[in-house]
Amino acid sequence: MRKIAVSALLVVLGALALTAAAATAPGQTTSLTIYSGREERLVKPIMDRFTKETGIELKIRYASSSALATALVEEGRNSPADIYWSQEPGLLGLVSARGLLARLPQKTVGKVSTRFSTPSRRWVGTSARSRVLVYNTNELRPNELPQSVWGLTNAKWKGKIAVAPTNASFQAFLGATISLFGEARVRGWLEGLKANGVRFYPSNTNVVQAVGRGDVQVGLVNHYYLYNVLADTPNLPVRNYWFRDGDPGNLVLAAGVGIVSSTQKSSTAQRFVDFLLSKTAQRMIARGVGAAEYPLVKGVPRRPGLPALTAIKGPKYNLGRLSADIAPAVRLLIEEGFIR
Amino acid sequence: MNARAATAASSPGRRAPRLLVGAAILVALAAVVPVAYLAVRALSADEAARALAPLSTTIGLAWDTAVLAFGVVVATLVVGVPLAWLVVRTDLPWRRFWGLAASLPLVIPSFVAALALLGAFAPRGLLQELLEPLGVDRLPEVTGYWGALVALTLATYPYVYLLAAAGLRGVDPSAEEAARSLGARPGAVFWRVTLPALRPSLAAASLLVALYVLSDFGVVSLMGYSTLTTAIYVRYESLLALEAAAILALALVALALLVVFAASRWRTRGAVYRSTPGAGRAARVVELGAWRWPALAYCSLVVGLFLVLPVGVLVWWSVSADPITGRADVAWSAAAGSAGVATATALIAALVVLPAAFLSWRHPSSLSRWLERLTLLPSALPGIAVALALVFVGARLGSPIYGSLGLLVAAYVIRFMPYGLASTRASLDAVSPRLEEAARSLGRRPLGATTAVVLPLARSGVLAGAALVFLSTLKELPATLLLKPIGFETLATEIWKGTSIGAFSAVAPSALLLIAIAAPLVYLLSWRNAWELGAAE
Repeated sequence: MRKIAVSALLVVLGALALTAAAATAPGQTTSLTIYSGREERLVKPIMDRFTKETGIELKIRYASSSALATALVEEGRNSPADIYWSQEPGLLGLVSARGLLARLPQKTVGKVSTRFSTPSRRWVGTSARSRVLVYNTNELRPNELPQSVWGLTNAKWKGKIAVAPTNASFQAFLGATISLFGEARVRGWLEGLKANGVRFYPSNTNVVQAVGRGDVQVGLVNHYYLYNVLADTPNLPVRNYWFRDGDPGNLVLAAGVGIVSSTQKSSTAQRFVDFLLSKTAQRMIARGVGAAEYPLVKGVPRRPGLPALTAIKGPKYNLGRLSADIAPAVRLLIEEGFIR
Repeated sequence: MNARAATAASSPGRRAPRLLVGAAILVALAAVVPVAYLAVRALSADEAARALAPLSTTIGLAWDTAVLAFGVVVATLVVGVPLAWLVVRTDLPWRRFWGLAASLPLVIPSFVAALALLGAFAPRGLLQELLEPLGVDRLPEVTGYWGALVALTLATYPYVYLLAAAGLRGVDPSAEEAARSLGARPGAVFWRVTLPALRPSLAAASLLVALYVLSDFGVVSLMGYSTLTTAIYVRYESLLALEAAAILALALVALALLVVFAASRWRTRGAVYRSTPGAGRAARVVELGAWRWPALAYCSLVVGLFLVLPVGVLVWWSVSADPITGRADVAWSAAAGSAGVATATALIAALVVLPAAFLSWRHPSSLSRWLERLTLLPSALPGIAVALALVFVGARLGSPIYGSLGLLVAAYVIRFMPYGLASTRASLDAVSPRLEEAARSLGRRPLGATTAVVLPLARSGVLAGAALVFLSTLKELPATLLLKPIGFETLATEIWKGTSIGAFSAVAPSALLLIAIAAPLVYLLSWRNAWELGAAE
């Protein structure tokens, strides 16, 4: 029996040692830890390409951009992250306001229009995306769709609208709209949607699929989810629709990247950021399988069939403000019962 | 047991070894400190954070959570008790088979059950395809409250069935006979004598079920029913509101403790005792007669809906190609991850509860009783609360602890060690302290006497506890989502990832594999037991 006890103890110690080793194993090769708020199935080819070109191994934590921002704030100087790649500029702004992002060189930030970075150079945009309305083409024609996102509170849309309230882009759209039009008007709009029996889905992908199935007829999402869903199910009767010029429903947002200030590997991290702004990566972001975001670097064409980025007339809004505008949006969503 | 414990305590010169006390205190602290820190964070939240967990929302969520838990408890009693009565007390045909089939759903993790139900009842899903030729073109929608209720009932009614079956076999038949001899009809005997005698078993089972529902995250998310756990997760995941999540987690812990309190009141109120000690006589077998047909129909319905249907859906998905990705793969690395962490957790949990179990058995005192209670406390702590607490603590400690597999295993151990302790403690109760004293008097040193004499006798309890911990770890979802290290996946998270992009059928093989890993353990824990129960005349 003692033998059994001793061997059991050895097994336990062995397991513990393995656990510890797995936790602390130092990378033999150079490696970077990426906090990626971008979905794995969207960006994995880009990550793989980076490793292939540079030999630098990537440890990637995939989670929502918000969860990663929360983690970075909570971890502070202890963070294992070298890079934060976010779906939303507002979250980058929030993390940088805590002093957790390093300043990027002008050479890097300069590759991208000033519209998609901030003067403090703590982050730089990697792609642009537009908010759109997706609609079911079997049920509706474009001329039947509302001229403005405000029009969705019209009783004719009762039971036909889908949104994804926990999605960071939806929250960003709402935050920007609150900032531009005031909380009261946005609250009224949310209440109108509720009165119209708006349906909630966990993600933009789910919204596009629900519109395609005909569960609902219209949904508020980012423009590229359509292409992502069509790559899997090409015959789905869904298309993008832009509201009239200047409408908040056409807000143009950006995904962006920053270097975490506590990193010990600034130059390697810099290589990763520069790679994301290289023509290779930008082409993958813009035109990979199921990809349809707007590239931000000159000389990389957008996906055929998309309107030019400059042709999309969103509201006049500075993305640098988003970090302050998300919190009111989230509070409103909870108060109005869009999120419980 | 109490008398035995008292004599052990009164043995002269038997001071509890300091090392053992120290170890037990450390383990108890590990159980309590993270949650205490969670409370500190929740109570120190500023106004902005509190706005994201307003009182009205918190109360509303707690209410919805409690209503679901209550509904599932009622449903599992309604399903489990008649089934147990039919198997144990009647001449139902094929009782062994029904006994086995009734406990089988234990191998199906509840979120997998939810997945299968959603798939089966979805518009243009499996059931509709099967029923279309019969003219059925519309099925009830199994989502929201009722969807969650069905999936959770499926996953938890075996607890009620197993405990009720064991209870029924333990009920003293002489009370029932007395009632009958006094002219009570069979129905009255069941309601007024048998059922009250079952109350301790049913209270214990209901407590298990209620705590299961309170901690559930997977089912309610998939079914789109908001509870405290989903609200905590949303705040962590999407709202930059860690402190608001802590507030809701604290509310969830309070709700769980309330349930524990209520169950203990219910268990002891109006207790019914045996009039004769020991095994006694077996109860009279009820002859069903023509009632056997409805009884068989009932058993078939339960087994069909709760076992054949979900497994059938998974198999169907596995063999038919996924319409979206066109492939259905098993995630082997995730399977290795699941098995690895579950093994490590089971071993560590079995080991760390030994000091507390041994102390409360061999050296009963108010200290040892408190240590035991504190170590049992996490059984009432929902996994997401433990995980959130460790996120707070871990982020403060930084690397290499934070983001390591070790922290995830620590969360599992804290969450599931009560199972190990309860099981080990129960088997120790059956060991007479005299045996250890005899070994000591024959010259064995204290540690030697324990390992050579006591542990082998308590082995079955230690093993059963470890098996239960293994099984629970295998199915764990929310804590794993919050704490898993970079690049590490378990079958549960792999399945979860698939469902979040709507690729239900793509994860079916992984779900079947998870069931296959769980099955031998469930066999060890309950099938054998159920088989014996079913076979007992």
